[in-house]
Amino acid sequence: MPKDHGIGASTKRREDVRFLTGTGNYLHDITVHGQAYAVFVRSNVANGRIVSVGSDAATGMPGVLAVFTGADFTAVGGNPAGWLINSRNGEPMREPKRPVLAHGKVRHVGDAYAAVIAASYNEAKDAAQAVADASVIEELPAVVDMAKALADPTNRVHDELPDNQCFDWGWIEDNRARVDAAIKAAPHVTTLELINNRLIPNAMEPRASIGEYFPGTGDYKLTTTSQNPHLTRLLVAAFVMGIPENKLTVVAPDVGGGFGSKIYHYGEEALVLAAAKKLKRAVKWVAERSESFLTDAHGRDHVTRIELACEKDGTFIAFRTETMANVGAYLSNFATVTPTFLHGTLMAGPYKVPNVYVNVKTVFTNTAPVDAYRGAGRPEATYSLERVVDMMCRELGLDPFEVRRKNFITTDMFPYTTPVGLAYDIGNYHATLDKATQLGDVAGFEGRRAASAAKGKLRGLGLSTWIEACGIAPSNLAGILGARVGLYDAATVRVNPTGNVSVFVGAHSHGQSHETVFPQIVADKFGIPESSVEIVHGDTSKIPFGMGSYGSRSLAVCGQAMSNACDKVVAKGRKIAAHMLEVTEADIVFSDGVFTASGTNKSKTFGEIAFSAYVPHNYPLATLEPGLEETAFYDPANFTYPAGTYICEVEVDADTGRVEVASFTCADDFGNVMNPMVVRGQVHGGVVQGIGQALLEHGVYDENGQLLSGSYMDYTMPRADDVPFVTVDHSCATPCTHNTLGVKGCGEAGAIGSPPAVVNAVLDALNRAGHNIAHIDMPLTPSRVWHAMNG
Amino acid sequence: MIEFEFVKPSTVADAVKALAADGAQALSGGQTLTPTMKQRLATPSVLVSLNGIAEMKGVTVGGGVVTIGGATTHATVAKEASAYPALARLAGGIGDPAVRNRGTIGGSIANNDPAACYPAGALASGAVIVTNKRSITADDFFKGMFATVLDEGEIITSVSFPVPLKAAYVKFDQPASRFALTGVFVAQYAGGVRVAVTGASNNGVFRWKEAEAALSANFSASAIAGLKVSPKDMISDLHGTAEYRAHLVKVLTGRAVSAA
Amino acid sequence: MTKVTMTVNGISQSAETEGRTLLSAYLREGLGLTGTHIGCDTSQCGACVVHVDGVAVKSCSIFAQDVAGSRVTTIEGMANEDGSLGVVQQAFQDHHGLQCGFCTAGMVMTTSALLKGNPRPTEQEVRHGLEGNICRCTGYHNIVKAVLAASGQDAVAMAAE
Repeated sequence: MPKDHGIGASTKRREDVRFLTGTGNYLHDITVHGQAYAVFVRSNVANGRIVSVGSDAATGMPGVLAVFTGADFTAVGGNPAGWLINSRNGEPMREPKRPVLAHGKVRHVGDAYAAVIAASYNEAKDAAQAVADASVIEELPAVVDMAKALADPTNRVHDELPDNQCFDWGWIEDNRARVDAAIKAAPHVTTLELINNRLIPNAMEPRASIGEYFPGTGDYKLTTTSQNPHLTRLLVAAFVMGIPENKLTVVAPDVGGGFGSKIYHYGEEALVLAAAKKLKRAVKWVAERSESFLTDAHGRDHVTRIELACEKDGTFIAFRTETMANVGAYLSNFATVTPTFLHGTLMAGPYKVPNVYVNVKTVFTNTAPVDAYRGAGRPEATYSLERVVDMMCRELGLDPFEVRRKNFITTDMFPYTTPVGLAYDIGNYHATLDKATQLGDVAGFEGRRAASAAKGKLRGLGLSTWIEACGIAPSNLAGILGARVGLYDAATVRVNPTGNVSVFVGAHSHGQSHETVFPQIVADKFGIPESSVEIVHGDTSKIPFGMGSYGSRSLAVCGQAMSNACDKVVAKGRKIAAHMLEVTEADIVFSDGVFTASGTNKSKTFGEIAFSAYVPHNYPLATLEPGLEETAFYDPANFTYPAGTYICEVEVDADTGRVEVASFTCADDFGNVMNPMVVRGQVHGGVVQGIGQALLEHGVYDENGQLLSGSYMDYTMPRADDVPFVTVDHSCATPCTHNTLGVKGCGEAGAIGSPPAVVNAVLDALNRAGHNIAHIDMPLTPSRVWHAMNG
Repeated sequence: MIEFEFVKPSTVADAVKALAADGAQALSGGQTLTPTMKQRLATPSVLVSLNGIAEMKGVTVGGGVVTIGGATTHATVAKEASAYPALARLAGGIGDPAVRNRGTIGGSIANNDPAACYPAGALASGAVIVTNKRSITADDFFKGMFATVLDEGEIITSVSFPVPLKAAYVKFDQPASRFALTGVFVAQYAGGVRVAVTGASNNGVFRWKEAEAALSANFSASAIAGLKVSPKDMISDLHGTAEYRAHLVKVLTGRAVSAA
Repeated sequence: MTKVTMTVNGISQSAETEGRTLLSAYLREGLGLTGTHIGCDTSQCGACVVHVDGVAVKSCSIFAQDVAGSRVTTIEGMANEDGSLGVVQQAFQDHHGLQCGFCTAGMVMTTSALLKGNPRPTEQEVRHGLEGNICRCTGYHNIVKAVLAASGQDAVAMAAE
């Protein structure tokens, strides 16, 4: 019998009611009295010298209030990179300044070099057009292709740097010689060169911000589409604008999806604050979708060579990877950690492989900045591994299922330290593989293949076994690895006088369902109904300093902080109960919402304790404070390591090369699951983003740095008729060993595990049909598949 | 968008008058024009809506001809042009449901997007495009990408489609826009077979004459087996190479013949 | 400026418009009905779908003056008279058919039009019917389930789990 409330119940979402009735509060929907509108003037060339900005053209145009240019921000700071990565030779990475508005040069199409503020949106838009028309930008040759960018130091994205490389990172450098020797001596080596295609996140709500300034107090307020309002406040206040943090409130209201793209601080946020101060009125900016395409941080974009050395029976000996990772024109906040510590450290996969080495060169190009997008580094790692393993199986005529089984870390080996520095606490990879094999009816594949063949279709089956490190992260480890921030999270649990509860969390919900799921945990902790618990998030003036939501960390880090704060509340409640029941604290037992003096029939309910805490008429104040409110900061001891197996079946139309995903099966280990309905929903969405990467989506720049896929007319978003129902199972749970909830994280899994399953399935279909095709780069469009089959 | 004056006449005559103004532009369903105006790639000073002209709406059938008013939506054609099932199905496959509720045949044919569906239907059917001042055969009407013989201010009031013996339209979607990456309309008439291709050529919709000859002699997919389509002049973009499109033309033609 | 009047969710409403004022802007800024969302500028994403005279359309691609006098229904008009969720809305909640909620208004409006024309659609008909509405969160799985459920079919049996 499934639970109907608390942990493990599929509680329906309370946030749905406002979204389903059109009464949500997205930034686009907010109107501040007297607000003016900002429109940005953006470069239409990829690389150019700003000869002059035609600000004067806007002067006197209807409604125009101000024009800002890069010159207005030369005295303030740049938008920083959050992680310092050192090159193999010990040199620190190169960090060119990322200004609020481009000054001197524009470095990608969409790079803003001016902003117009006007009384209405249309007036601002008209004036921005006039400024653009009157500006002179001398176009320079664009740096687009990464290999060319590294080979030619004369044409540079940043003139002040010696070349276009940000860093050349080795992980782990001490492994290098041993890995080289192992590969040299190996009986078999499979080599695969692949491209992990650039993706554009496309949260359905475009980015937007409102800046306000209150002259009477000198306070600022930034309302913005952010996944992490405290992080944004830190960046825009302390690093860029020089505003004391206590004078700035950042609010992230209902946010329409993020997928990574709304982690980062962007220049538009600083601009609306500066403009609000100058004009003494609120300034609102809302991106058009075309601006989102050009300026949201993109994802992936790796060019990789991976080698797998193994015995003839498929036993892995070594993985060696060389990757070029595009960081675009400027370093976005997590751009340097994504292709390194979120990628290189995962290159052992779920396998007991003794030798692993990863080299990553990051490259500046005249393209939009690239940063973490759902999965962030781990999809790149998983794709490389699972593709090369599949290729090896084909080369040696081995069964891909058996090869995985042979190489999996076994349950008796945990905790298991990989050659690339992670310590997996627990898992059961054989279990998820077996589960997916059963749910995906692998035994019945030949029958389905024959049925497809009868329709003239080529059917294939693809497998992917994935692992990720999430619940980011232990601050002490992150600090050693170059993080410039801590990665704990925080929650305050306030029990109100009448016994209901307000919980203030550092995590931000923009689709993750915290407003529903977090109360399930608190309700269980306190023995009260879920409806008595309210989650407050997204406002730095209310919530404790938490780091927000990304990296599948909300539950595993902030949820655990909340759970710890609940434990502190119960501890305080025991003190109060002991006082009220006139026994010692050690005699108080708390269960199902009742504090009982053990061995007696004396008890107090949770509500009675709460009321007493705020009506402390007879408290021994020297030893018992009034109030029932506790805050916990939680910094995890380790990453969490969700893992699983995905099986995809496809049908390929040989005449056209069109691929249809016939079925998709997931068996995941997320540890304990708080709300199965929500977890399944997260996996559905992630899998379809991964199918999108494998078959449909591609951020493509031409040689001049123009974005060819800059709208939904050319960037193929997965639609309802592109995908099937997705079978999801999370029963193979091995609870995380280092948080008390036993949770791991599920937000990115689908996007991490699915691309190689799809690509492996397509190659399986083609090779079973007699083709000899080693690899096709994503996205596997009909044209690409047809060319692979026909030359 | 640049501000403009919006007018909505209720007769063709009034619309023609309104379109005589400097910078005037006709608005049909607006599913393409509106986004274009948002990008400021079209900047009319007067926008003349054709959506209030009753005489330009509806589907009529008579004498083996289906006539569709220029301001008739794709959804209406899909529902009411059952006398010409292949055409009704073409209309029912344009864009998505909300686009079909608004987009019109006149707007689509006047715009002549190289990847639009209706130009293929019109050309394969030997349709007659009727404007406020003349009748033009489809063979004379389309003049390459986004180009037609329409004069400035000329309005498509209706399009007449002779109903063929057999016909089918097979569209291979460009996956993002849902326009045709390539689409082929095959129509068999007593006088012969016509084959029109959209989405493939740099020169817009065209007739594949070799296939027409082969299919006129033998209306079966096998009849075109020996033909080759040259990739010269075919569109090459991130969704498909010229060679791929040339290949699709043949595949889809075969499928259309089989489906007809 | 031209005053445009429409019947929106059963109530006659007016607002001043420019020629270029889109129906979506008329509803959001003119009438303060912000439940209708803008997710793109190419008539693709469907977040802005409303009903005009009973027909689902993309309000970001229609000029307000072109539909003056029409009967418009938006997401704000979809609940039952007592304020409880309508059948389609309830099915979306029951089957977790939304996550971030930004595309949801368009999904609900498209669904309700779809079911009016086809009261018992197949899974494939639902998927094709939703091709003009983009969702980035759900992978459509639970949206399709919600639509099937709203049509009175056994969605759980029809969907893989």
